[in-house]
Amino acid sequence: MSTSRRTFLKSAGGFLLISYSRGITELTAAEPQATPLYKDPDFHQLDAWIVIQEDNTATFYVGKTDLGQGTGTAFRQMMSDELDIPFDKTSCVMGSTDITVDQGGSGGSTAIQVEGPVMRRVAAEGRRVLLDMASKKFAVPVDQLAVADSVITVKGDPSKKVTYGELIGGKKFNITLTADNNAIGNTTGVAKIKPVQQLKAVGQSPQRYDIPAKVDGSLTWAVDVKVPGMVHARNVKPPFAGAKLVSIDESSVQNIPGLVKVVSKGNYVAVVCEREENAIKAARQLKVNWEKPATPQLPPSSDDLFKFIRSATPTSTRRPTVVGNPDTAFSGAAKVVEAEYEMPFQGHTAFSPAHAMADPSNGQMTIYSNDMKSYRLRRGVAEFLGMPRDRVRVKWMDGPQAYGRTAADDAGFEAAYLAKEIGRPVRVQWMRNEETAWDTKGPAFTFKVRGALDAQGNLVAFDFNARSADYNHVDYDEPDTVLIAQLMGKRRAMPAPGNSDVPSDMYAIPHRRMVAEVVSLPLIWETPLRTGNLRDPNGPQVTFASESFIDELAVAAEADPVQFRLKMFNADKTDDNGFRRARSIAVVKTAAETFGWDTRPSPRRVGSGNTLTGRGIAYTYRGQTIVAVIAEVEVNRKTGHVWVKRLVCAHDCGLVINPEALRRSVEGGMLHSMSRALHEEVRFDGEKVTSVDWITHPSLTHLDTPAKIDVVLVNGDPNPNRPDLPQYGAGEASCKPTIAAVANAIFDATGVRLRRVPFRDARVLAALKTAGV
Amino acid sequence: MSNVSLKVNGKSHTLDVDPTTPLLYILRNDLDLRGPRFGCGLGQCGACTVIINGVATRSCITPVSSVKSEVTTLEGIAKNGKLHPVQQAWIDEQVPQCGFCQNGQIMTAKALLDKTPNPNDTQIREAMARTLCRCMTYYRVQLAIKRAAKAIAGIGSKSGKEVVA
Repeated sequence: MSTSRRTFLKSAGGFLLISYSRGITELTAAEPQATPLYKDPDFHQLDAWIVIQEDNTATFYVGKTDLGQGTGTAFRQMMSDELDIPFDKTSCVMGSTDITVDQGGSGGSTAIQVEGPVMRRVAAEGRRVLLDMASKKFAVPVDQLAVADSVITVKGDPSKKVTYGELIGGKKFNITLTADNNAIGNTTGVAKIKPVQQLKAVGQSPQRYDIPAKVDGSLTWAVDVKVPGMVHARNVKPPFAGAKLVSIDESSVQNIPGLVKVVSKGNYVAVVCEREENAIKAARQLKVNWEKPATPQLPPSSDDLFKFIRSATPTSTRRPTVVGNPDTAFSGAAKVVEAEYEMPFQGHTAFSPAHAMADPSNGQMTIYSNDMKSYRLRRGVAEFLGMPRDRVRVKWMDGPQAYGRTAADDAGFEAAYLAKEIGRPVRVQWMRNEETAWDTKGPAFTFKVRGALDAQGNLVAFDFNARSADYNHVDYDEPDTVLIAQLMGKRRAMPAPGNSDVPSDMYAIPHRRMVAEVVSLPLIWETPLRTGNLRDPNGPQVTFASESFIDELAVAAEADPVQFRLKMFNADKTDDNGFRRARSIAVVKTAAETFGWDTRPSPRRVGSGNTLTGRGIAYTYRGQTIVAVIAEVEVNRKTGHVWVKRLVCAHDCGLVINPEALRRSVEGGMLHSMSRALHEEVRFDGEKVTSVDWITHPSLTHLDTPAKIDVVLVNGDPNPNRPDLPQYGAGEASCKPTIAAVANAIFDATGVRLRRVPFRDARVLAALKTAGV
Repeated sequence: MSNVSLKVNGKSHTLDVDPTTPLLYILRNDLDLRGPRFGCGLGQCGACTVIINGVATRSCITPVSSVKSEVTTLEGIAKNGKLHPVQQAWIDEQVPQCGFCQNGQIMTAKALLDKTPNPNDTQIREAMARTLCRCMTYYRVQLAIKRAAKAIAGIGSKSGKEVVA
């Protein structure tokens, strides 16, 4: 890190400096300052976004968080193109509330789609200002200047040249930006961004800059942060859902060396020790008297869950989406098909249990966290602790997969609360059983679906009912819904209504009715079955049902599943302004061609002996990203074991910034849903979650890995070379259709339709036996 | 508490700790190493993997007093400033997503290749079966192991800054 950069950071206010020379590699205590305030970086200033160093390098400040999909690298590509600086001469700082503008952290796969244009605009403005400076220096008009690789030359006189570093290195731009409605997302200078055709780094695949430090052990992760005087905390969770704390016998842990404190408030209990292993020991050893609720607070068991959901009275019903006259269409149908589907609760089950470190030095609070929404964590903690917001900051750091509202939010609040209580820096780390039992869950669903075919096998009416167990869904970093707040007895007057959803497809079906409902479980507070956003919230569940059912209709129509879908795209010629219909056709056709799809109806049992082989397709869109997945499976007739041998994904997310990074994200998304398809289920009895580790809550492993994965990046835009080709989100779309693709492939292989996830060996084997396969 | 001697990545240490303490916490908190990480504390996931006597070992369930041989961590496999071929293959293949599990993937793969320099698909899958990844980078991990095997055998391709698919 250069001296000038340090000066800049210090002037931004901070007593801990972090070097970003190779990821976050060191924490350096700078000379203490008199309680600096953590002001929001001023997004109206170009200096808040870009700093040019004297060595002719640039640092970009991005208020997003990179969860491992390479968004930081993509921002560098986009910004280096607009600034006209080589990619290798740039670096990127992300998501720390005191030094990067509040762009919301991450969520909804919107980093590149929504914030990409913002970052391109500020970088373009930087280039404009530098050209202006060179124009003054050489006393020639800007149109007489050429710029390449962060060097500006006078056209026709190459001896006159100046680097960006020479022009402004170590100094400030002092350029004010504008933003309509004072919205950060509208920030712009006066420079225009380049047409897509002029972008050079965009569309290339430079390696992700964060990877070397992740493979050589040099990266400081959020789990690694240590400061002098830091102590270790572990939570003691209620053993039963809805249990009440009666008393704590602190003498039960008095023999633990270095015990700092037993902290409790309401039903929240934690132990704090000088050493980590002793905190673990103390949490296990602490005698707590809990009062068990008079009656079990959860539905009787995970197996009875769906019966419970079906018989519940919905807490909300979204206004039905109705097209045409479905009732009339059903009564006149040649054939009516009906099916019900079930998806259990599935967790984030982060690979590292939740953690955070909070430092209360100088009457302030610094939280080191991998919470993908660091800005919300800061606001939430300030409110929770009753601290002014400018005394709280969040340093975002790398952590385990953060695909939505994880327990990282909860740990951040817990660390801050304990640090304030004890007056020392506190590191909180959840244990495995705690994470798997108590993290936020993706909601369980039941679906009831009907379809009407006419005599020619066309789908004329579609009736879709989705019910989710998602009442009191917890949002991100809310000071009145994080787990510690709930356990301390905070209750929000109006619990969140929760979400349910209906399919996203471009099928021209003349008559449709789609209803999304939410039901509540008996216990909505302090429950291990709390729900929150899990990667592509509700998408995998809804698309499992809808795309399995489209497959069932194709079977009833004795049609090939690809042709059945293409026919429905082609039944209407109208399109939306993102050309989703045209792009859906391109994506489904590309997937089929890449796979080598043989046109025929399902099922056809292929394979001899114990192994049955089949293939299945599923398609959907997410926002404007279109995706089709084809899975080829082998089903073992004797064991029920399913191996997804091959996956093909055709994916259209518009302009691609980094094709190789995108391919890997798409692969990860598919395999995540494959894990949900084959393994994952939150199990519980009436009192508690019983799936608490990697044995009781299995996940995908190396043994499940497909032998071959093809990800084809499609540009199905009718005008693929337009200069303003937009980029759409890509972090979650491939999660959406994969479960259905696997289910459809299993049907193709065996003729057995699995309508309940996950497809574990025993469930598959039982279904095969029932069907006599 | 008692004195425990430990050799890690070529350096000897004597520490005054409870001898039943899992090795993981000693490596992380006393020796300030960041490669091995806590994932489950149950020996089920592999996040904490180190190599002892050539064996990929789960440090979260290994009492420090039971360690009699040198411990190698992720930080200790690069030699003379040059990444181990497995690490280089991980960069060339761009394996990690979040990367949190990759210590376990890399150390388990290294132990495999040390014993079986040219593993077939089944050997790779079986050796790696208990090393979990929740970003599900398994496909790339397996490709990277094959790439590393080639590099160790001296038939690898050159590394660059661009990703070569």
